[in-house]
Amino acid sequence: MAIECLVLGAGQEVGKSCVVVSIGGKRIMFDCGMHMGYLDHRRYPDFSLISETGDFNSALTCIIITHFHLDHVGALPYFTEVRGYQGPIFMTYPTKAMAPLMLEDYRKVMVERRGEEEQFSHDHIVDCMKKVTTLDLKQTVQVDKDLQIRAYYAGHVLGAAMIYAKVGDTAMVYTGDYNMTPDRHLGAAQIDRLQLDLLITESTYATTIRDSKYAREREFLKAVHKCISGGGKVLIPTFALGRAQELCILLDDYWERMNLKIPIYFSAGLTIQANKYYKMLIGWTSQKIKDTYAIRNTFDFKHVCPFDRSLINASGPCVLFATPGMISGGFSLEVFKQWAPSEKNLVTLPGYCVAGTIGHKLMSGKPTRIDIDKDTHIDVRCQIHQLSFSPHTDAKGIMDLVEFLSPKHVILVHGEKPKMATLKGRIQSELGIQCNDPANNETVLIPTTQNVKINATKMFMRSCSHADFHSVKNSLPCLSDSSFGDSEASNLVRNEKVVEGILVMEKTKTAKIVCEDEFLQTLHVEEHKVQFEYSCPAEKCREQVSCQSNSGPPPSDGNFSETC
Amino acid sequence: MKLTCLSQGGGYHFPPCYMLELCGFRLLLECPLDLSALTVFAPISATDNDANASGLIKAQPWYKTVAALHLWDPSLIGAILVSTPAGMLGLPFLARNPKFSGKIYATEATARIGRLMMEELVAMHAEFVQFYGPDERPGLPEWMKWEELEKLPPALREVVMGEDGEELGSWMPLYSASDIKECMQKVQSVKYAEEVCYNGTIILKAFSSGLEIGSCNWTVNGPRRNITYLSSSIFESSHAMDFDYHSLQGNDLILFSDLSSLNSMAKKGNDFNGNNNHSEPMHKDAPLCDVSAIRTDYDNEDEILRCLGGIDENLEEIDKISFVCSCILDSLQMGGSALIPVGRLGVVLLLLEQLSRLLESSHLKVPIFMISTAAEEMLAFTNAVPEWLCKQRQQKLFSGEALFGHVELMDEKKLLLFPILNSSNLFGTKTLHRMMWQEPCIVFSPHWSLRLGPVVHLLRRWHADPRCVLVVEEGADAEVALLPFKMVAMKVLQCSFLSGIRMQKVRPLLEMLQPKLVLFPEDLRLQCPLKDDSSCSILYYLKNVMLHVPGLRSDFEVCLATDLAFQLKPRKLTERNMAIARLKGQLLLNNGKYLLVASKELLDLSNKQLLHWGSADPVRLLMALQERGIIGSIHWDKNGTDGVFSIQITKPEEAMIETSGTKTVIYCRDKTMAALIYEAFSSVCGGI
Ligand SMILES: [Zn+2]
Repeated sequence: MAIECLVLGAGQEVGKSCVVVSIGGKRIMFDCGMHMGYLDHRRYPDFSLISETGDFNSALTCIIITHFHLDHVGALPYFTEVRGYQGPIFMTYPTKAMAPLMLEDYRKVMVERRGEEEQFSHDHIVDCMKKVTTLDLKQTVQVDKDLQIRAYYAGHVLGAAMIYAKVGDTAMVYTGDYNMTPDRHLGAAQIDRLQLDLLITESTYATTIRDSKYAREREFLKAVHKCISGGGKVLIPTFALGRAQELCILLDDYWERMNLKIPIYFSAGLTIQANKYYKMLIGWTSQKIKDTYAIRNTFDFKHVCPFDRSLINASGPCVLFATPGMISGGFSLEVFKQWAPSEKNLVTLPGYCVAGTIGHKLMSGKPTRIDIDKDTHIDVRCQIHQLSFSPHTDAKGIMDLVEFLSPKHVILVHGEKPKMATLKGRIQSELGIQCNDPANNETVLIPTTQNVKINATKMFMRSCSHADFHSVKNSLPCLSDSSFGDSEASNLVRNEKVVEGILVMEKTKTAKIVCEDEFLQTLHVEEHKVQFEYSCPAEKCREQVSCQSNSGPPPSDGNFSETC
Repeated sequence: MKLTCLSQGGGYHFPPCYMLELCGFRLLLECPLDLSALTVFAPISATDNDANASGLIKAQPWYKTVAALHLWDPSLIGAILVSTPAGMLGLPFLARNPKFSGKIYATEATARIGRLMMEELVAMHAEFVQFYGPDERPGLPEWMKWEELEKLPPALREVVMGEDGEELGSWMPLYSASDIKECMQKVQSVKYAEEVCYNGTIILKAFSSGLEIGSCNWTVNGPRRNITYLSSSIFESSHAMDFDYHSLQGNDLILFSDLSSLNSMAKKGNDFNGNNNHSEPMHKDAPLCDVSAIRTDYDNEDEILRCLGGIDENLEEIDKISFVCSCILDSLQMGGSALIPVGRLGVVLLLLEQLSRLLESSHLKVPIFMISTAAEEMLAFTNAVPEWLCKQRQQKLFSGEALFGHVELMDEKKLLLFPILNSSNLFGTKTLHRMMWQEPCIVFSPHWSLRLGPVVHLLRRWHADPRCVLVVEEGADAEVALLPFKMVAMKVLQCSFLSGIRMQKVRPLLEMLQPKLVLFPEDLRLQCPLKDDSSCSILYYLKNVMLHVPGLRSDFEVCLATDLAFQLKPRKLTERNMAIARLKGQLLLNNGKYLLVASKELLDLSNKQLLHWGSADPVRLLMALQERGIIGSIHWDKNGTDGVFSIQITKPEEAMIETSGTKTVIYCRDKTMAALIYEAFSSVCGGI
């Protein structure tokens, strides 16, 4: 049996994550994302490669979405409602709660603001989400008789999961996006030591080793504080979910410590609404937030209040969170137009902006004038601060995860081509694990091995009594940030004794291991003993070649005699 | 496998308790406390007179554990499985025992709620410590002395000692807050359907039982047994995730431990009539079974599934809640207050929602108080656990609404939380309380035994007021519970809420789950006749009698690793239509599955046969020897016995082979030649 892995998106690029994996007759689609950088057919994965006839229901066993980012879930309503996939869809509780918010936000921006033809409607999103089955972390879900899936905590954004899938003895993990270091509101990725044939991992920062997060946070706070001290206004364009909450916790906490009274605003009702979700999904946040929420819910921000449009031109300093994140239109653009001309003000930009957005223009060089269209232009005199923290793991984190899981094979997705090639080389040379970095629409075949199922008789099992079992301590180095599963709690015990028996194979029956005595009994024959006498027949020095020496009498310890 | 029922328990607050011996390990199922036994103690009284009259024990209460559990060595308990918060209240007693080194498994939600309940118990008990002073004398307390016990009224004496006095040893002074903390550190909490592996051998999984938030049934899968430990379950719930019985399908053995119907039956006939005329026992629809109504056959699975539907049950429960609410409303309208010392979290949450709706629609401005040290954390917790709730509640998450109505009530200050209320700050010595306290009001407060906690003070305040109402759960003997509060003029509303599988559903459920073997309580045998047939047999268990459960499979399932499979050198036994191979390896146990892998040691890979059977044909043996350059001649046994002969070898050296039916001796000075002879022999004799 082999694993067949078809990369429909995020192959040697970032965007429209979508990988279709076939294991033992099951076919799973991991993520169904859209590419934010394209407006033509390239924004969606090429679904026709899954099924020429378009009969996706028989071509796919299920879809699993790792998190609510649009490059992982953006194509889902299109695939289910327009292309007609009706089969099972799995995602975690937070993802099911937040994905429709992200999708609806995107749809509005595209249709209402850009006047573009609608790819999917509001009803499509609602109908699509109705088909979703929710996953809890670590829950083993039996999708059908043969396919088992399980979600592990991935950090990154609220509800992000790494997915384990198993058919028969063949098992794999698809990581989605993950973060190996905890941030303000989320914990670090956590996974058990699994036996894997394949690991498909993101590689956004395939070659980056990041320095301390705190330094970068301090830098951001310093920039914000400096601006408001000078009476300026801070515009933080951001997506409603994820980064907004992290920065909010950071600022709220800083305001508290510094005793600042300057207002922090949230633009759309959306983000306030989002905080409501975060409050119910406390179980998915960091340990610190979980431990304290009964006394004070971190998402009850003390210094944050809703923003009214009339405040745009009000005097005095303030901080404003506004959507969308890359100033691609909408409210953040409206505010940007008003605030950009003043050198007192500050605009923060996310780490990554798609080409074509104002965010992207601001990042490339220091433009003093931005043309919105041929009639409108903005003079940019404000300060620009680029946020440098990103909820993705760095190269060390990827290497640590690969080493921890030690799969037989690794496939890299969701990264930049040259950097992925470097990482691939490291995985192969440093860890000795086969690695691929396929481009979009390429298929990788991975061979797998399979264990044979046999029966063993009670007597054979008794010959290796329980007392001889010893827990196998993990020999791999334990990771410093303890983001992985409890490495002490090994589920593997080994019997050091070498056991011996006879394997009986009959055509219609499961092969069976028996002891020699049992074997003779099943054959209805008696043992024929052979003795050697290294002498003439008259001499009496005998050496017996025993046929029983290795099976021995059953141990007095009766653990196995008990029928369990 | 062996099963011993240590206690059949007593309803929702006191689940049954078992010791299961499996694969050489001992698993304790539940570790509850019998808090109903608290009724033998007098509550703290301000006046000191009322308690005297009742004959109750005036002392710092001790707590009644499962008596039979003390007969088992804690050091031999490998693991404890907990299904409900009530099932863990006795855990700190065991966990603090230095001999105990086992693992404790509970769902995350059960562990959390259970911890809050234990902490609340300790906090309430502190009031006694304050009143009586710390218990410093070593040894048994005064009330446990024989003379004192003999003075007790017979009913109380039976609670203390059990029928034969065997339960006297089950009383323990309460654990401390640090015992709880230490105990919780030993709990490994799991999600529903999370696989955990005990000692590499047993795979444990919890599945929702519908009884309470986080409560579960366990599947216990050993190498040769798949067991479902089925505790009290509810098919459809208005708050907790529904009973997930589909995931229990296909296991060989079911340990049926839902004794809820037994408990409601036992109470039948001694319905509380109260010591006043206002009591309204609500017992019309107890889950009593009518034997004739139990179906004996089901045509198809659809019909079974229809039988198992929980909609009707759930509607009935909602009706009960509505009825309670309307009774409360009546009292409020008369100017009375309502006291609700209900210990069931789900009932409390639903009552809160219904009551606020009812108050709203009747334009009554009555505050709702919740007085409990655990209230704040408990309510915050329930609004942050969508994963553990029923579908309708989960839907609230997806539409961005709070999971329970209490969130809004607290925001609007209609529901007010007080951590403590005791005699020292009763109704207003503290300014804050005086400002907020207002009557009539609705108060939720522990404890349902009516011996501990704020409920005691409020009962003293309201018991003589006929306009007030007390809502108690069925199960506690209300007459005894109210003994210290004479005369009771307030209304007493006793309600029975569904706390398990109804009798008439047991059979269709078992048919659906298709076990091969069911361990069923003897005490329910008559009420619930089960079909014992070839596809499924029933074993009945009794309290404190060890039940030996016969094995179902004779063979073990083992996986053969590919590396080892490639080492095999199979040999055909054509006449028997089989192939055989000698196999040498190391046995691993991984996640409850045996795996045979190639040994790290260098193996003897020669084809040397070690075992022979049957006999060698002399002519074929002679030929085989000749092929190896060995010449000899056959000499038959003088008596002509079949199969007895010898071969005299002359070349290249003198040697002899002597054979009888079951034994061959090779006489030869040279080892190399002996090996050659052996090889020739092996080639003509059956062997491996
Ligand atoms: Zn992402």
